[in-house]
Amino acid sequence: MTTATTHDDAHDDHGPAKGLMRWVTTTNHKDIGTLYLWLSFIMLLTGGSMAMVIRAELFQPGLQFVEPHFFNQMTTLHGLIMVFGAIMPAFVGLANWLLPMMIGAPDMALPRMNNWSFWILPFAFTMLASTLLMEGGGPAFGWTFYAPLSTTFAPESTDFFIFAVHLMGISSVMGAINVIATILNMRAPGMTLMKMPLFVWTWLITAYLLIAVMPVLAGAVTMMLTDRHFGTSFFDAAGGGDPVMFQHVFWFFGHPEVYIMILPAFGVISAIVPTFARKPLFGYSSMVYASASIAILSFMVWAHHMFTVGMPVAGELYFMYATILISVPTGVKVFNWVSTMWKGSMTFETPMLWALGFIVMFTIGGFSGLMLGVAPVDTQYHDTYFVVAHFHYVLVTGALYSIIAAFYYWVPKWTGHMYDEKLGKIHFWWSTIAVNVLFFPQHFVGLAGMPRRIPDYSLQFAEFNAISSIGGFAFGLAQVFFLYIIIKTIKGGEKATDIVWEGATGLEFEALPSPAPYHSFNVAPEVK
Amino acid sequence: MTFNKMSGPLSVTLTSVLSMLFVSSAQADYALNMTEGVTPISRDIFSLHMLVFWICVAIGVGVFAVMAWSIFHHRKSKGAQAANFHESTTVEIVWTVIPLLILIGIAIPATGTLLDLEDAKTDADINLQVTGLQWKWKYNYMDEGVTFVSSLAQSSRDVVKDPTGNENYLLEVDEPIVLPINKKVRFLFHSDDVIHAWWVPDLAVKQDAIPGFINDSWAIIEEPGIYRGQCAELCGKDHGFMPIVVNAVTEDEYKQWIVEKKAAAAAVAASADKEWSMQDLLAKGETVYQANCAACHGPTGAGIPGVFPAMTNSPVVTGDAAGHLDIVLNGKSGTAMAAYKGQLSDVDIAAVITFERNSLGNSVGDTVQPSAVKNAR
Repeated sequence: MTTATTHDDAHDDHGPAKGLMRWVTTTNHKDIGTLYLWLSFIMLLTGGSMAMVIRAELFQPGLQFVEPHFFNQMTTLHGLIMVFGAIMPAFVGLANWLLPMMIGAPDMALPRMNNWSFWILPFAFTMLASTLLMEGGGPAFGWTFYAPLSTTFAPESTDFFIFAVHLMGISSVMGAINVIATILNMRAPGMTLMKMPLFVWTWLITAYLLIAVMPVLAGAVTMMLTDRHFGTSFFDAAGGGDPVMFQHVFWFFGHPEVYIMILPAFGVISAIVPTFARKPLFGYSSMVYASASIAILSFMVWAHHMFTVGMPVAGELYFMYATILISVPTGVKVFNWVSTMWKGSMTFETPMLWALGFIVMFTIGGFSGLMLGVAPVDTQYHDTYFVVAHFHYVLVTGALYSIIAAFYYWVPKWTGHMYDEKLGKIHFWWSTIAVNVLFFPQHFVGLAGMPRRIPDYSLQFAEFNAISSIGGFAFGLAQVFFLYIIIKTIKGGEKATDIVWEGATGLEFEALPSPAPYHSFNVAPEVK
Repeated sequence: MTFNKMSGPLSVTLTSVLSMLFVSSAQADYALNMTEGVTPISRDIFSLHMLVFWICVAIGVGVFAVMAWSIFHHRKSKGAQAANFHESTTVEIVWTVIPLLILIGIAIPATGTLLDLEDAKTDADINLQVTGLQWKWKYNYMDEGVTFVSSLAQSSRDVVKDPTGNENYLLEVDEPIVLPINKKVRFLFHSDDVIHAWWVPDLAVKQDAIPGFINDSWAIIEEPGIYRGQCAELCGKDHGFMPIVVNAVTEDEYKQWIVEKKAAAAAVAASADKEWSMQDLLAKGETVYQANCAACHGPTGAGIPGVFPAMTNSPVVTGDAAGHLDIVLNGKSGTAMAAYKGQLSDVDIAAVITFERNSLGNSVGDTVQPSAVKNAR
């Protein structure tokens, strides 16, 4: 390629180091992005196998495979691993790969910290998973670890869980600092804030959310630690503490966390839809403002997770109003995507299919979210499978779908190979049918009265649980098939063009060859 | 097969499709929708639920129809040329303001229902204190002085490996609560260990039972019947095994039941004064152990290593009887071991201690008499 970006001068454009040490010592944003993406895929399969245990036990009424105590460990670790191990690192991996290429920077602003923030994670997750082998088992109190179940009544291994959460938090904060430093300092000349791709915008906002709330989570687990070992009573009523305060602290982290997992997804979808509609994104600036509004509102709605704890009625009213208000900016986003498609010239390659799947099913998850926000009705929904269905629609068919869409969309740029279009489409349809068989019936059992986090249930829920389990196994298998597609694409495939997609825009497509060179934008590109 | 109270053409289609799907397996009674319930509040909540549901359906149909139209007609393979419009402040304002108005339409009835739901302070006819315990419920009819513990029925415990055909599996208790219809019942919730949540869908009552807090809620049950519910907040190992059964009856039947309950309690108290034989204590102790202790310490006394200590060869169980009695009565602070003095009668405690000392692989050889328990309280 003879674009200005790959021109070489005196300093050696060395490739990656050889062997295993390349990955251990790397400070290259592309290598670190790859590491993050692989880690998140391994975690997806790990957390996924725990989901398979859960669905196997719930396939029929009665206790067939596991004991209730182990079942609780499975639901807890499934949640923790999927949130902190699969979804979050996947978005950090995408950020590493894409942000420098999208803003015309040679690398992330803080490459050594970047290496560190990745390499903390494998240790954190090894430690977390090792609790399963300890006497008394791993954490069994749900990923929300409400006190005092997670303090006075928790197994010994909880201290390892606390340390693992600390490590994940440190990693996330470092990653977020890096993202902010990169976006604010390293944009190519002419790349003004309001010219940045939406993925860059949503990640900038996400990074601020991370810096704001990860320390709150760290505070929560530290209070747990001192309650467990150093005689404090933050959450122990007998010592004058307050178990409900734990929930306030947790959800002050936990609700923005929800948006940490979905804002970058909005950015991905806002990149893919215009490309395949061959039409610019509708309402770019309103998308930026909607993302910022969602982020700000996300700090003000946390107690909608706590409508049954006995809040004063004024508090419940406020949190209900604030919560349903979030559907306004979220709706704006969906309307903008649909308007982008309107009168476009659409084609339906695999990334577009996943993006369309995202829009439809994320919207369904948004509707159930609106229903859950209506406080008096939440009396019936709270802690049932209706909630489980809701957050899996936004996290699996929302966040995870956007990550898979992003993989298919950018992998030709990363590897220089096109993925197998036929297999990609099979992967999409297989996953989409399976995921709806898996999660849609959970709305029904939830409404009919099945609480969440139970290893066994009464016979009236049997049919829908059996259907749900079958969907679960099929969805799990589809992701093993995805692994095959990934490896096949890395190893070979039709050579990708530099622009990759007919309608693609952005520096990573327009100013870099495929595959993108190990060091890109040694000289800043011109942004018009 | 019943499909609870759905209306409209969509549900008709849904119903027929689903009944085709489940023809072969339709022996169980399942529902697609929330129960309408039997209290004024539960009916308000149900109609609010349906209102928001249909609003979501309407918006969804609109958005997805536009999307589908676009997908079918604005595709490259049909020769569609891409337009280039990409901004309209007017349109953005329109689709910000219209959803806002819809939300106000939801918020108004929701506010009314919430204010009714939270009105537990006006005078109640019956005050029922509900205490969450790992993993059972304790009830106290505060105006009558009737107190008892209600846990999962043995009929459910016996069939956990294969509950096929067991009616009300996991939704049956040994002692249901009885409440009169058409009376305002005020529930007062708290917990002695972790957080639980008392939920009976037909009463539309779901409230967390939290250590150190007293929460309240209320219900006026309008139809006699048996209403079942479950714990809704993860509370440890047997969270899925602590159901709730409410038996709603006429006021006369309720009064009759209170009289019987009081008589039974008096009989139990009286039996504490007599001397019990080892054999009787062991027989009773086994029942008490399986209902109250086995969840943690295991049906054979093996416990769960690292979480719950074993009974077999435990230094407490095989040691001094007074020390054993003290732990059962008062619990062990900082651990999951609960204080049973508020949950079990003198006879029950004497029996279970005697059972633990002389069964489950232990053979200390002594008995603990109910009178000793009474003195130790």
